[in-house]
Amino acid sequence: MDMQIPYTIDTRPDTGLTNPKLGIWLFLASEVMLFGALFSSYVLLRWGGDYWPNQAEIVNIPLATLNTAVLISSSVTMVMSWASLKLHDFSKYKLYMGLTFLAGVAFLVIKTIEYNEKFSHGLYPSTNNFIAIYFLMTGLHALHVIGGMVVNGFLWGPGAKMWKTEPEKFTNRVEVAGLYWHFVDLVWIFLFPVLYLL
Amino acid sequence: MSHSAEDVREEVRTYITVFAALLVLTVVTVAVSYIHIDSMAGRVLVALIVASAKASLVGLFFMHLKGERPMVYISLAFTAVFFVTIFALPMWTEGDHIIGTHHQMWDAGVEAPTMPEDTH
Repeated sequence: MDMQIPYTIDTRPDTGLTNPKLGIWLFLASEVMLFGALFSSYVLLRWGGDYWPNQAEIVNIPLATLNTAVLISSSVTMVMSWASLKLHDFSKYKLYMGLTFLAGVAFLVIKTIEYNEKFSHGLYPSTNNFIAIYFLMTGLHALHVIGGMVVNGFLWGPGAKMWKTEPEKFTNRVEVAGLYWHFVDLVWIFLFPVLYLL
Repeated sequence: MSHSAEDVREEVRTYITVFAALLVLTVVTVAVSYIHIDSMAGRVLVALIVASAKASLVGLFFMHLKGERPMVYISLAFTAVFFVTIFALPMWTEGDHIIGTHHQMWDAGVEAPTMPEDTH
C-alpha cells in the first residue's frame, strides 16, 4: 500500500499552506521556546548573580565574527539552492547546496578551534556560570547545525534523486530544509552579541 | 505564494542585497561593542536593535515572511506571546527584591546586610 503524506505540493484549503510548511513553522515555534528558555536563563543568571566575568576577555570575538559571516553566507547559498530549483537549474542547485554544506563544516571547524582554546586555558562548564551557559547555548546551537547538515547532505546526495521523479515535491523539501537552516542562522545572530559582545 | 521564473530572478537580486546588508550589520554589531556606552542598558539596547534588524532581514526575505499565509503569522503571534511570557516571569521574580537586600547594593559599596543571629 502506498501511503502518501497529503498536501506536500498543493496547499491545504483550510490552512492555506502545504503540510510540511505548516509543520516546519510549528517546529520552529517550539525551537523559539527552547532557545527562549535558555536566553531567559542567561539573563536571570547574569542579572541575579553576584559575580559575572568580563565576557570579552574569555571569548574569541574574531573567530565568532568569522563564524557569523560563514553562517550568513550559508543562508544565502541555501536560499539560492532553492531559487535554482525554481529556475529548473539542477547543477546550480547542487553547487549552492554543496556550498551550504561546506559552510556548515567550516562553522563546526571554527567552533572546535574555539572550544579547544577554552579547554587549553582550563575553562570548563564547571568553571563559572558564564562558561557553563556559553557551552550549553553554543553547544546546543552547534547540534542544530549538525542536524541541518544531515538534512542538507541528504538533499544534496541520495535525496536529490527525487528531482527526476517529483521536482515540485523536491523543491518544497529544499524550501522547508531552508526554513530550518535560516532559523539556525537567526539563533546565532542573537547568540553572537549576547555571549560575545555584551 | 506563486513563483514565476521572473519573480525568482527578481528575488535572487534581493537575496544578494540582503546578504550585503547582513554583512554590513555584522560589522556594525562588532563596531558598536567597541564604542564606549556607559550604561549596560544602553549597550544591551543597541546590540538588540542591530540583532533584531538582522533577524528581520533573514525572516522577511530568506524565510519568505514578506509574503506568507495568515496561518504562519498566527502561529508566530502565539509564539511571540509565549516567548515574552517565558522572559517576563523570571524577570519579575528576580526584580521583586526588597530594597536593600539585593546584591547590587553591595556592588555600590554598601555593607551587606547581616543575617540576624539565630535566637533558638
